[in-house]
Amino acid sequence: MSRKVPREQYEKTLSYKLKTWLEGSRDLYLDNVEMRPQSPRMEDETLRQRFLADKRRERDRVYDTKNNREVALFKKLYRIFSFLFCILLVSMLLIGVADLPPFGEADRPVNNEVSQRYIERGLQETGAVNIVTGMILDYRAFDTLGESHVLFIATCTVLILLRADSKTGKNSQEETEANDRAYEPKNDVILQTAARILVPFIVIFGIYIILCGHLGPGGGFSGGAVIGAGLILYVSAFGFAKTERFFTAGTYKWMSFGALACYCLSKTYSFYTGANHIESVIPLGTPGAILSSGLILLLNICVGVVVAGTMYTFYVMFRKGNY
Amino acid sequence: MDFIRNFPFFSIVLSLFSGPLSSILGGRWAKRVNGAVIVLCGLMSCAVLWYVCRTGQPFVYTMGHFPAPWGNEIRAGVLEGLMGVFFCAIMLLCMLGGSREREAQIQQSKQNLYYIMVDLLLCSLLALIYTNDLFTAYVFVEINTISACGLIMIRQSGHTIEAATRYMIMSLLGSGLLLLGLCFLYDLTGHLLMSNIQETVHALVAQGQYQTPLLVSICLMCVGLAIKSALFPFHTWLPDAYGYSTVSSAAILSSLVSKGYIFLLVKIFYRVIGFDIISDSKVIHVLFAFGIAGMIMGSVDAIRESDIRRMIAYSSVAQIGYIYMGFGLGTAAGVIASIYHVICHAATKSLLFVAASGIAQASGGSSYFKDLSGAGYRNRLAGVAFTVGSLSMVGVPMFAGFISKLFFSQAAVGHTVKMLPTLIALAVSTILNTVYFMKTVIRIYTPLKADILPEGYEEIPVRRQPAKSGAMILFILLNVILGLNSEPVIRLIQRGLEMFS
Repeated sequence: MSRKVPREQYEKTLSYKLKTWLEGSRDLYLDNVEMRPQSPRMEDETLRQRFLADKRRERDRVYDTKNNREVALFKKLYRIFSFLFCILLVSMLLIGVADLPPFGEADRPVNNEVSQRYIERGLQETGAVNIVTGMILDYRAFDTLGESHVLFIATCTVLILLRADSKTGKNSQEETEANDRAYEPKNDVILQTAARILVPFIVIFGIYIILCGHLGPGGGFSGGAVIGAGLILYVSAFGFAKTERFFTAGTYKWMSFGALACYCLSKTYSFYTGANHIESVIPLGTPGAILSSGLILLLNICVGVVVAGTMYTFYVMFRKGNY
Repeated sequence: MDFIRNFPFFSIVLSLFSGPLSSILGGRWAKRVNGAVIVLCGLMSCAVLWYVCRTGQPFVYTMGHFPAPWGNEIRAGVLEGLMGVFFCAIMLLCMLGGSREREAQIQQSKQNLYYIMVDLLLCSLLALIYTNDLFTAYVFVEINTISACGLIMIRQSGHTIEAATRYMIMSLLGSGLLLLGLCFLYDLTGHLLMSNIQETVHALVAQGQYQTPLLVSICLMCVGLAIKSALFPFHTWLPDAYGYSTVSSAAILSSLVSKGYIFLLVKIFYRVIGFDIISDSKVIHVLFAFGIAGMIMGSVDAIRESDIRRMIAYSSVAQIGYIYMGFGLGTAAGVIASIYHVICHAATKSLLFVAASGIAQASGGSSYFKDLSGAGYRNRLAGVAFTVGSLSMVGVPMFAGFISKLFFSQAAVGHTVKMLPTLIALAVSTILNTVYFMKTVIRIYTPLKADILPEGYEEIPVRRQPAKSGAMILFILLNVILGLNSEPVIRLIQRGLEMFS
């Protein structure tokens, strides 16, 4: 059963309100809630200060390395233990050294048939008056072959690290050149005059050391270092414009390849003939003459070229990043 | 004299000469020369292995016109040949597996410098394998160190430069200690040739002379080589160096460079000092303790890592620990297990590095765990390869790692004192290995939730990168062969060690 209710009365009932709410035909907020435009948020200075202070306190207290007790303890212990460790290591080595055969006595194990043959028959077998050169470039030439490649690969690693290949942009040739110009004194009269006098002598002395390596003290390593030093003095006095006329990246590339290939091939020949008991065709010559002692002179020149190139390249790479 | 006896010398000189040759060539030609040199050296090592197996005798080769104590000498036996073959094969696969990354990550004008480094690294490894002279070994250790540094920093970023600096400092410390040890030994014996040193050392021990300096010298050499091969407390240079360098560098460094030093240590044990003296000294107990510590700590560090490549790098620390633990047992069986593990780890770790680069490539170049979901579906071959490598590292039967763990435990059983610690450490380390490797495998096979691939993620079919896919397939085969057919390799190692003394 139902009875008819006038509309006005019905509109006041709960069921009508529920129906309109479900249908969404009545806006609940209309006439009830006032919509106001949002006011711009004001930065509260005191709040901000408090936030920053909190941050600072947190940083100081948690990450405070100066007053952090654990870090301080660790640092102290670290120092104590490294000190103790060094003392331990040093004393261990000292005890070891103290028990070594005494220096300078005739019956040390080092004075055996190996060194005896180097001294007694070195001149006759290698043709080198300087026994040390004979030893490193003939008796034990394989080690020296490895050693010259150590220099080569060290240069390559420096090239990887420092060579500036791109023309523009960061770490480019232009940039490094600009840096180089900024810090170098240009046209220093004292330096230039000294270099003009010294460089020819240094280079000639280096060449002498290399060429006479088998006749007296000297050899490729020391002579090459002297020539390299001369080149470095020259470039510091006169700048790269002058050296680049005769020494560029291409020069270095071919120079080191030529020297190492020459070393490698000539030694391969002598190792191969030696191991297979084939008579080597290389004459030993008269000991004491410049052209003597078989391959040693050639090998000294090769090593000298490699060492000089390496020294100069190191300097150029660290200063400018390019030739 | 048979012509084949020249081959060890030829392979050393060939790889040495190819270095300067590459310096005048462009990147493309240097790459070809490098590939040819590795293949040729591998073939020559195969021939040497075949020759010494047939004759049953090691042979020495005089470098020059002067016989051994005066001139240099190299020596080839079964173990040397085997190592030569393995090193060349793994290096070739590493170079194949990372060629694409190399071209992208290395500046175009410096490509040929990379190949110089690899050529000279190969040369130094071969020289370390074949040399019969301690000072020659030191010279080539220097080449090895510098070229490894170059390999790390040729991908020029802040990370690699820092890693290379750290590697340089630690490695030079190791070289210095090694050199100091050699000086002590030379002063005591007056020789640099391995066989002569061994004779003199045995005479000294029999007379009871100079015992302290001898012990100091052994310690210095062991510690020096342990630093260079990243034994546990000296491993801090390793994760950055392996984690940030280009893929083929990381694979070569982890599988070959550290193994070259370990092989040199085996040579010092057997050829220079004599293994009976080494196992009587207390040095091996120290190596044993640090090996065990490394097995556990390396794995714990790997679990904490969130970058997949650094995780694999830390896993290397644990594996190096296994190898030193095997030396520390002080028995021939322990050393055989260690040498087998050298080979197995080299094959597996380089596979993992190559596979991880494939996985990262399918995930937008990121190597963080959170980005790797579903990578195994996007790059299927890399996923399979990574799973195989993980199973092998964990030690599941059928793969290489299982055999080496089996041999380690067999070597430990019967040892009076060290049996229990070894077995416990093996068990704990296996569980830890499982945790981090299986975590990764599950992650890469968890499907990605998004319907469309995020930006940078891509499907990588097998055919798109023939070189890398080929390298991964060959690596998987190598692992399975080592796991299923370990008998011949073990026999070769045994014969090689007998030839050593």
